[in-house]
Amino acid sequence: MTRLTRPHFRLCALVWLALLVSPLVQAAPLSIAQLMAGLAKHPQGEATFTETKTISILEQPIESSGELLFIAPARLEKRTLKPKPETMVLDDGILTLERGQRKHVLQLKDYPEVAGMIESIRATLAGDLKALERVYQLALDGSHERWTLVLTPLDPKVGAVIARIRMEGVKDVVRSVEIIQADGDRSLMTIEQLAPPQ
Amino acid sequence: MTHTRRSGTAAIVLWLIFLLACVGIISRTHFTTDLSAFLPRSPTPEQQLLMDQLSDGLASRLILVGIEGADAPTRARLSRQMAQRLRADRTFVSVNNGEPVNTERDRDFLFGNRYLLSPAVTPERFSADGLHAALSDSIDLLASPAGLLVKSLLPRDPTGEMVQLLEQLNSGTQPELVEGAWASRDGTRALMLMQTRAAGSDTDAQQFAMAAIRQAFDQALDQAPGATPSAQLVMTGPGVFSVTSRDTIKRQVTRLSIISLALIATLLLLVYRSFSALALGLLPVISGVLAGIAAVSLGFGAVHGITLGFGTALIGEAVDYSIYLFVQSEQNRADHQNWIKRFWPTIRLGVLTSIAGFASLLLSGFPGLAQLGLYAIAGLIAAATVTRFVLPSLLPANFHIHDLSAIGLTLSRVAQRAAALRWPAAIVLLAACAIVVNNRASLWNDKIASLSPVSQADVELDTRLRADMGAPDVRYLVVVSGASQESVLRASERVSTLLQTQVEQGELAGFETPSRYLPSLSTQRARQASLPPRPILETRLAQAVQGLPVRAQLFTPFLADADAARSQPLLQASDLQQTSMAMAVDALLIQQHGQWRALLPLTAPEGVSIDADPIRAALSAMPDALFVDMKAESDRLYSGYLHEAIVLSLGGLVAIIGLLFVVFRSPMRVLRIIAPLAAAVMTVTAGLSLFGQQMIILHLVGLLLVVAVGSNYALFFDRPDPRTPILPRTLASMLFASLTTVAGFGLLAFSDVSLLQAMGVTVAPGVILALFYSAIFARQSDA
Repeated sequence: MTRLTRPHFRLCALVWLALLVSPLVQAAPLSIAQLMAGLAKHPQGEATFTETKTISILEQPIESSGELLFIAPARLEKRTLKPKPETMVLDDGILTLERGQRKHVLQLKDYPEVAGMIESIRATLAGDLKALERVYQLALDGSHERWTLVLTPLDPKVGAVIARIRMEGVKDVVRSVEIIQADGDRSLMTIEQLAPPQ
Repeated sequence: MTHTRRSGTAAIVLWLIFLLACVGIISRTHFTTDLSAFLPRSPTPEQQLLMDQLSDGLASRLILVGIEGADAPTRARLSRQMAQRLRADRTFVSVNNGEPVNTERDRDFLFGNRYLLSPAVTPERFSADGLHAALSDSIDLLASPAGLLVKSLLPRDPTGEMVQLLEQLNSGTQPELVEGAWASRDGTRALMLMQTRAAGSDTDAQQFAMAAIRQAFDQALDQAPGATPSAQLVMTGPGVFSVTSRDTIKRQVTRLSIISLALIATLLLLVYRSFSALALGLLPVISGVLAGIAAVSLGFGAVHGITLGFGTALIGEAVDYSIYLFVQSEQNRADHQNWIKRFWPTIRLGVLTSIAGFASLLLSGFPGLAQLGLYAIAGLIAAATVTRFVLPSLLPANFHIHDLSAIGLTLSRVAQRAAALRWPAAIVLLAACAIVVNNRASLWNDKIASLSPVSQADVELDTRLRADMGAPDVRYLVVVSGASQESVLRASERVSTLLQTQVEQGELAGFETPSRYLPSLSTQRARQASLPPRPILETRLAQAVQGLPVRAQLFTPFLADADAARSQPLLQASDLQQTSMAMAVDALLIQQHGQWRALLPLTAPEGVSIDADPIRAALSAMPDALFVDMKAESDRLYSGYLHEAIVLSLGGLVAIIGLLFVVFRSPMRVLRIIAPLAAAVMTVTAGLSLFGQQMIILHLVGLLLVVAVGSNYALFFDRPDPRTPILPRTLASMLFASLTTVAGFGLLAFSDVSLLQAMGVTVAPGVILALFYSAIFARQSDA
């Protein structure tokens, strides 16, 4: 992370200088509303992901990878290709999980913990500030060029499972999602954009 | 004269005794409105099952409740308060609204018995290879979004038996939770599902249960701080249907009898201009109705509401006899005797004709139809007998009714000219024949739903709530019978294996079986035997974790649990008590008449109905297992009744022709009497078809009534010598008789109950047509 901060800082400094010499432009930190508006500009996105889960009862982290597809506002597909093919489709509150022969259809509302995790990604991608604020307390740090959004669950029931969710992004693109569970287990998903944002 | 008087007194005394007896019988009669009248007297195994399920099955005990109006939080609160109250009520076996009442207990039960319950427990699964495969599956599951839910289970249940069980149980779709209570998908109504303790066929108990639900709703409303008058309660379910149809039938029968009686009384009063004539004229009717109900009560042990409805209509027909007596006879006592001599043989023949027609219904395997047949026969005999033997003696010496000769003479002139209508009538009749022949394939509705007294709105509500709830419609079932609980459970397990193949092939979406919750003892023992002794399991586990990111020590709790499971007591039905699974087992595992039966309801793939053939073929090796399509079975049952009734009615027609032939010994006369009746029947049938009304079994009863009533007209118009004109008084009596019949039956045509409506729309126009055709095709006196 520190590796990335330095050029980032330089960039910020440059921008700050530019703003100083241009009195017509007001300098302002990135607001959540601005970030969300920017994210909402992309109604559709395709990406690949790599996810690393660190679970205390397992000797080593488990890695999985696959593809992500998002169609605003409510459809999110996560297709895991490795180690085992698995599909998770969220469509308008209904979560469909497919593993091998088995298919499960869940009403997301019935599983607040799972819902918390998945909704955070969907709502962020959709730039749906209202949906995020319903479930989380939001804290934004950084600038448009490089930002970090930390979500802390409001519902203590969800908080008992998820400590916080930390997202990092560049401009209008989410780059990583880290979920830190209350028991210390964590997962980090890094996202690599495929199609250029439309 | 003295002789006549004495025999008259005797007749009155006998009549009064008879009436008292009838009232005595009726006072002890049980009145029903349930489906019992539609169930066969000698059922096949499938029909027996259908009957049991309709009267007592799981589906019959379900009440679906919806709370509409107000806002979502209010609805959810009402639902929770109602549920809390009703859960304490013995009337209900279970009250579900999505609140996690049993969840904890259910999970404990499943987890504690996972090695007895899980179908995945086999010796192979607990070999080193099997454990390795199961473990790597579980680890993969940890990596998936669902991993969160199974993480804590891993040390005790590394093979994922709990996940197996939960997957099986959650195969059905459940409604969404909104504010902690079930809600419909569109979010406009809160949903509850209740199971009553009493059978669905116990209409009184169902009514009681409905009242308890309504009361709980009202109390929940009262507790509301801000009153919520916009909240509404809706209920549906088989029991609710029988309660509302009983109410509907009761209300309509009462209302229609009152109105038709008032109409007929007004009509008669206009004709007779005499209250005593009116009162006396209704005596045969009342006698007929009482005799009819008493006869059905004696013959069948219970009287169906529809039979009573029919009774109200019969008022219109039975009143004919007194009209004939009063209008046709002269204004003095001697003439009443004269009437008996001149007209009674004709009326007697009319009554006999009617009886011949209705007697065929007595042979019907459909108890509802047989009841109507018996009612009609007993009612007509009683009414005619009272008119003939009692009524003349009751008439006061100065009895007279309004002079009707003016009307009679007018009618006489009209009747003279009726022949001019022969050609138009013939054309109408030909057109009717053409319509009937053309539409012969769609004349009848042989779906049992056509008989249902439930309104369309209620059916739609039911469909909506059912879809919201994902409630089983229990249409397709596999039934396994056997001598003991163990044997049917074992057979269910074999059937399950066959059905699972069908599920995998996509023929079925899923199925339910009691062996899922309560495996047979032999299966439980086999599962226990699949678990190796602790030292062996420990060794295998150590091998199994090779190459996996876990340490064997993590699974010490698993070793202890598996070891305990090897010697844990086997599950009995009583162990399920207090869990949600108990309700399923109670409904699916039935002991009846010393026999055990397991029901395995099948779920069709979405939007498709189940193809019976592959399933029957798969089950063919198991003689104890029977595949039943309840809807097809009930439709088959009803269409069987319908076809039988059509054949029986034709038999009745043959009997009528035979009777007339024996009496008249002239084919031409028989033809002349039958022809107008056949023409009326044909025209009514064509008319119904033209108006798009498909005929049900009660239309057929209506047609029989048209023949019964119309035969009187045809007989009056029929004269051996065409030169004797028909008396004007006779014509007037026929007109009034047909008007009262139309008043009696015509009202039924406005009923919402399809059974009553069918009779009304058939009889009212049919009787008028029979009168017209009789007049038009009568031999002309001036010919």
